[in-house]
Amino acid sequence: MTYEELIKQTALADDRLVVMTAENRALIRNLPAVLGPRFIDTGITEQTLIGAAAGLALRGRIPVVHALATFLTLRAFEFVRTDVGIAGLPVKLSGFVPGFLSDGNGPTHQAIEDVSLMRGIPGMTVFAPADEADMLAMLPAIWASPAPAYVRINTRPATYEHAPFEMGKAEIVAEGTDITILTYGMLFEQTLVARELLQAQGKSVGLINLRSLKPVDEAALLEVARRGSLIVTVEDHFITGGLYSILAEVLLRNQLTARVLPLALEERWYRPGRLSAVLEHEGFTGQHIAQRIATALGENGSTISAGPAVLENQFAE
Amino acid sequence: MTDQKRQELEALALRVREHIVRLSTDGGCFTGASLSCADLLVYLYADCLNVHSDNLQDPTRDYLFLSKGHDVPALYGTFVELGFLDKERLARHLSTDDHIYWHPNRNVPGVEFHSGSLGHLPSVALGVALDCRMHGQDNKVIVITGDGELNEGSVWEALLVASAHQVNNLTLVVDRNQFQANVATEDLIPLEPLAPKFEAFGCAVRRIDGHNFNQLEEAFSALPFSGTKPSVIICDTVRGRGLPSIEARADRWFCNFSAEEVEELLQELHGETPVALRSETLTVR
Repeated sequence: MTYEELIKQTALADDRLVVMTAENRALIRNLPAVLGPRFIDTGITEQTLIGAAAGLALRGRIPVVHALATFLTLRAFEFVRTDVGIAGLPVKLSGFVPGFLSDGNGPTHQAIEDVSLMRGIPGMTVFAPADEADMLAMLPAIWASPAPAYVRINTRPATYEHAPFEMGKAEIVAEGTDITILTYGMLFEQTLVARELLQAQGKSVGLINLRSLKPVDEAALLEVARRGSLIVTVEDHFITGGLYSILAEVLLRNQLTARVLPLALEERWYRPGRLSAVLEHEGFTGQHIAQRIATALGENGSTISAGPAVLENQFAE
Repeated sequence: MTDQKRQELEALALRVREHIVRLSTDGGCFTGASLSCADLLVYLYADCLNVHSDNLQDPTRDYLFLSKGHDVPALYGTFVELGFLDKERLARHLSTDDHIYWHPNRNVPGVEFHSGSLGHLPSVALGVALDCRMHGQDNKVIVITGDGELNEGSVWEALLVASAHQVNNLTLVVDRNQFQANVATEDLIPLEPLAPKFEAFGCAVRRIDGHNFNQLEEAFSALPFSGTKPSVIICDTVRGRGLPSIEARADRWFCNFSAEEVEELLQELHGETPVALRSETLTVR
């Protein structure tokens, strides 16, 4: 099953579903022939795309809307907030090449404030699958929900066999007593590597794939905080407004504190390049993540070896 | 249009203008922009569109989207007169006990979509028009914009897409009252020649006197103007129409009159001498 096959299958079973795009067709090239007028390409017009999606949703449709994540969430932000958000319409935003996945494009294309922006809209739900399998597991529930949704599209092959998706629940991959890593999206595969490397150093390392950032699995976060281990948030997002902020909000609301190491982009865009080079440069390979955690624990991380080579990105845009 | 029909519409429009004037106090409203499109809204709801208080959920009804949302007093006045909306609710203007405020919202029956941020509803209306077409319906989808609103690129973007998709069941109507918020359009961002701009974007265009019911009927009954193009109707109007004391004045965009002035302005609507206004003009933008 691919993204395109899932959307085709869903659309053929439910004629409320319409597929829209601002000329971003990388994952949906074969759908025009299958869906006919239910495939609507508005050209390079993110604002019109969202406004028209709101109009279609007003008529009872469920538009699944495609554009590069940065233009979808930034260029069209006011249309998402005002037309989709205020009306609470079931428009489903598929943001392509989010975070580090726009590897070589440069800062214009880096959607690394998307989680912050989208979760700030009342009623909007926000999802970040770890890989293609994780994404395909969650999309049926997202599209079936009456809520507007933003999904960080991620078609990277899975390196982990995921548990079934449950709305609002994180995936607890492992529990640990020394360290717990919290992450979402494409960095999940690197944190999986980091966990292995740290376990090999004799550490007990927990790992949680958030999956859904809004609603967030508060119970899972609180349980980790109460355990008292070092919490590490790992995200390809600005440090403001993403997972680190979400964790801080949850802890404060519950009058808890914790030792937290945030691994995120602080006050700058990332250096563009091939994905493996970006992760190396920015310190987000499995090895780098493990070393940064070891350093935070006051230990020598230089003995931590490299993980498997990073699979390069399949899409430019 | 028969003389009798026209007189009925004129009488209705006068009552709608009375509502607008009454809403222009205790916090005020966008009086000038409301008066300019009162005749247009009265004509559309009373004599043109298939939308009534008893078919507001019918998917085959005609749709009207008010993109220049600040003229909502004209819409609500029309809704009260045509039985969409209880008159008592207008008395709760700007009260948090109701939803009657400076821009339209769907808590008021008959409002198809909220607006206020300019340049949004052309694309929302486009989505509705696309869906009506997919269902094989021939209902009208109308979106009314201001002329200052045409500064927003999203209006033109939506028209470009509507033309490309040959959405001829979509009609964009411009309330061409010659003013944006503070100044004449032609003194800030000139729009003329306006009709050729729409034509260049692939639309079929007519330009009429937006206060003349005969011309309104002639234009709207000819829709769609083309089998393949979106239609555009430019309605030349006068900001503040009906109140000579504020007509065509740049400084009377948002009005908050005293109770005494409201009573005098109601007389002015009925042909009495223009009022010498004493209240100050609020600066909103």
